[in-house]
Amino acid sequence: MRVSIFITCYNDTLFPQTGRAMVHVLERLGHHVEFPAGQTCCGQMHYNTGYQTDALTMLPRFVEQFRGAEAVVVPSTSCVTMMRDHYPSMAQRLEASGKYPGIVAEVNALLPVVFEFSEFLTKRLGLTDVGAYFPHRVTYHASCHGLRGLGLGDGPESLLRAVKGIDLVTLPDIERCCGFGGTFAVKNAEVSSAMLAEKVQGVLSTGAEVCAACDNSCLMHIEGALHRQRTGVHTMHLAEILASEPEPNIAAEVRSGDVVAGDSEAVVWV
Amino acid sequence: MGLSTDGQALDPRTAPEFQTAARSVLNDAQLRKNVRHATTVIQNKRAKVVGELPDWQELREAGGALREHTMKFLDAYLEQFEANCTRAGGVVHWARDAAEAREIVVRLAKESIGDAPSEVIKIKSMTTEEIGLNAALQEAGITPYETDLAELIIQLGKDQPSHIVVPALHKNRAQIREIFQREMHLPHLGETPQDLADAARSFLREKFLRVPTAVSGANFLVAETGGVCIVESEGNGRMCLTLPRTLITIAGIDKVVPRFADLEVLLQVLPRSATGERMNPYNSIWTGVHPGDGPEQFHVVLMDNGRTDVLADEHGRETLHCIRCGACQNACPVYRQTGGHAYGSVYAGPIGAILTPQLQKMEHAESLPYASSLCGACYEVCPVKINIPEVLVHLRSRVVERKTAGLRVLTNAEALAMKTAGSLFRSERRFRAAQRLARMGQGVLARKDGSGEKWISWLPGLLGGWTQVRDLHALPDETFRQWWEEREKSKKHAGGAA
Amino acid sequence: MSANARTAVLERVRAAKGGAAELAKAASAWGLLPRAYHRDGDLQRTAMLERFIDRLHDYDAHVEFCDDAGLAGAIARALYACGAKRVLVPVGLDVGCPEELERVEDAALRVSELDRVDAVVTRCTVAIAETGTLVLQTVPGQGRRAATLVPDIHVCIVRERDVVMTVPEAFNRLALTTTLPTTFVSGPSATADIEMTRIKGVHGPRTLYVVLEAEAG
Repeated sequence: MRVSIFITCYNDTLFPQTGRAMVHVLERLGHHVEFPAGQTCCGQMHYNTGYQTDALTMLPRFVEQFRGAEAVVVPSTSCVTMMRDHYPSMAQRLEASGKYPGIVAEVNALLPVVFEFSEFLTKRLGLTDVGAYFPHRVTYHASCHGLRGLGLGDGPESLLRAVKGIDLVTLPDIERCCGFGGTFAVKNAEVSSAMLAEKVQGVLSTGAEVCAACDNSCLMHIEGALHRQRTGVHTMHLAEILASEPEPNIAAEVRSGDVVAGDSEAVVWV
Repeated sequence: MGLSTDGQALDPRTAPEFQTAARSVLNDAQLRKNVRHATTVIQNKRAKVVGELPDWQELREAGGALREHTMKFLDAYLEQFEANCTRAGGVVHWARDAAEAREIVVRLAKESIGDAPSEVIKIKSMTTEEIGLNAALQEAGITPYETDLAELIIQLGKDQPSHIVVPALHKNRAQIREIFQREMHLPHLGETPQDLADAARSFLREKFLRVPTAVSGANFLVAETGGVCIVESEGNGRMCLTLPRTLITIAGIDKVVPRFADLEVLLQVLPRSATGERMNPYNSIWTGVHPGDGPEQFHVVLMDNGRTDVLADEHGRETLHCIRCGACQNACPVYRQTGGHAYGSVYAGPIGAILTPQLQKMEHAESLPYASSLCGACYEVCPVKINIPEVLVHLRSRVVERKTAGLRVLTNAEALAMKTAGSLFRSERRFRAAQRLARMGQGVLARKDGSGEKWISWLPGLLGGWTQVRDLHALPDETFRQWWEEREKSKKHAGGAA
Repeated sequence: MSANARTAVLERVRAAKGGAAELAKAASAWGLLPRAYHRDGDLQRTAMLERFIDRLHDYDAHVEFCDDAGLAGAIARALYACGAKRVLVPVGLDVGCPEELERVEDAALRVSELDRVDAVVTRCTVAIAETGTLVLQTVPGQGRRAATLVPDIHVCIVRERDVVMTVPEAFNRLALTTTLPTTFVSGPSATADIEMTRIKGVHGPRTLYVVLEAEAG
């Protein structure tokens, strides 16, 4: 399949390793990956902070960049939620302005092929095992936009469970917000910190080495506290775990179905 | 300690903004423990009884559609209610605002009281809290007795409600006992919840049997019959509705429902959402006056007080669908940390964050639409499917409109930053340049940690909130698009060589 | 002045919505509202009664069944069990209370007199199994609202055929008597205002007995 990546502004700038991992997984699965060069931002930060007229101006660029895509894959639950929840009404406003004739129809045609990364794997491709190997204890943070916004359900965890060598531990209060909330984290820094404290307690209680999620914005926030407190616990986007593979010398054994030694190192895409 | 309310009504016009109020509450360990405990317990109870109904989503759907329908035909239903209530012997009054509502209630109470001692008994009512009725009654020389246990705790403790359904949720049993010992003169009062409830029973019993005037709110007004429905647990509501000679009910105009049969939906979703019960102990429905049963005089005050302003905003009007169950408060991770007082209004939590700014002038509550991480837990539990995050975002845009009108944008750091970012995102070239600049600019801030990774532990200005408790991973040397372009180039080279 | 307020509020409502609503149009729109929730229960009679009893117990109500001693015997057992001595009987109740107990007819008693009886015995209009709810109305045999409120013990007779499964079924039964004073009672009076601990009995009756009357024949 021809897969177009919408990397999103913050992943492009702050988390390029997530994009690289996503490309790796998609190509490993045999898909042809494209990256439309003129892409920037989905408009979420502006929209959710109240600058909706500014967000509006970002939609035509998105449509132009991804027009005719077979599938648009995005490594961010919140950006996809933004697009699904608000692009239809934003398109209507643009169309009504008279400057963008036909944009409603274009958005309606485009949105059904826009997928969050894990969603693309589980729902569009029907996969759970993507051939990853990651011999570590991992806990998964569901992200509000993944859980409630996109209704990902068990999808991301089903992908993780299929990873060879993984020790997946359920995060307590998995449905509760970590306190990031975009500009909320700086506008209400104190409350955000209090929410984060509870989330970090939960992560530490699992004994996990890695906290994974489908959204680097939550992870940036959780990681920030894990690092400040010198917990030694890392965060990784789901794509990075799925991109991890055995070292070449043991890869053959894995492929041939042999049990992998517990102490072997995985190639981690970071 | 914490945010003292000192018996002063929570008034958005004078309350500190949410961030400031929250900061002081976050240091109150006892309050936070009480709020965490209470909201966790109610959430779990709610989840259990909601899980018992396989048609829960259909009930929410019906509830939401019913409320939307009611608002669409609100004027017709209000007139229908008025006509039917009047026919059944009730007297209907209208109030444009809080002052008018207070004036009507005080006048009716005085007429009813006559020569009797100047007292009224009251059922818990957020609407009377909204208009500060108790203070108005006291000013007129009338003593109001709150009869709901939680409201009694609030009244005797000179406190303010912090939750729509469980107003004293921020107090634990030891704190409540202290208040009762002091105010009811019961030095030997026991400490179990049962002891405390028993104390309230004997304290109020005498008043129920004696005071001939009651004031209540309403859960629902039935247009079809002119009936009123009140939902409660303790029986204090029934006491106030049936024993006094005069009953004065005050309700927002949003409380109307079209037909009696509509209660079959609302009385299923409300108790399960509010207290996690299949049905609360008592629902009372009455129509006007009924000879030989209940009050001889019955008044209903229909109050606007900003509700029509909410109705006029097509994106905000679904706020009026609220049936005051409080489920959004219990589910909210922000409320969980701060409790209700930080919201500076009798309506706290997610519903308060959208209701208060709309009922008041926006400038009195500009911080409230931002008091949310937009996590969506409130929408998920709302029994009438109010899309609270959507309304929050809409109200944020109204705040921004006000703040950035004309040249004001130039004096607002956030607005300037957002406008600049907007212009970057409109051009890929400018976006790339900004990525480069940011990487250069972080030079002085980024420090290597033990493992050699670069982290930022201090940020200036608006972003300072971030680094109070978090580090920030330094920007990597290469953006994704740079990596991609390099890769494409080398692929081309490889392809060309082959 | 109130007339002015009335006009002003209604005008504001109409302005906010962009026009006046008509009741006839409201009625037809009401008929089209989505109602995909369950109207009728899916349990057989016996299972439904079991559900009812289970729900009653769950909310601290007691349940008494009729045996050979009949309805009067079941009522007597309930009254003896909670130590009632003076028993209030609403006008029109078709069953008696045990002769050893003092029977007080509710002939427009003053509230203070209601406060001096121990228990009240009534029937109900309908009961809801799913929620463990009794629906009382101001009709003969069920008394006025104060009669089932002030005494500390309430014994309520429920005919099995008056038990329905769902809330909508109960509302169907109430469709012709919508303007009577109506009280839904689910368990004894309770509160959870202190640390969310459910405490039985605040202001209403602290003890609720349901006497389940089997179908005749």
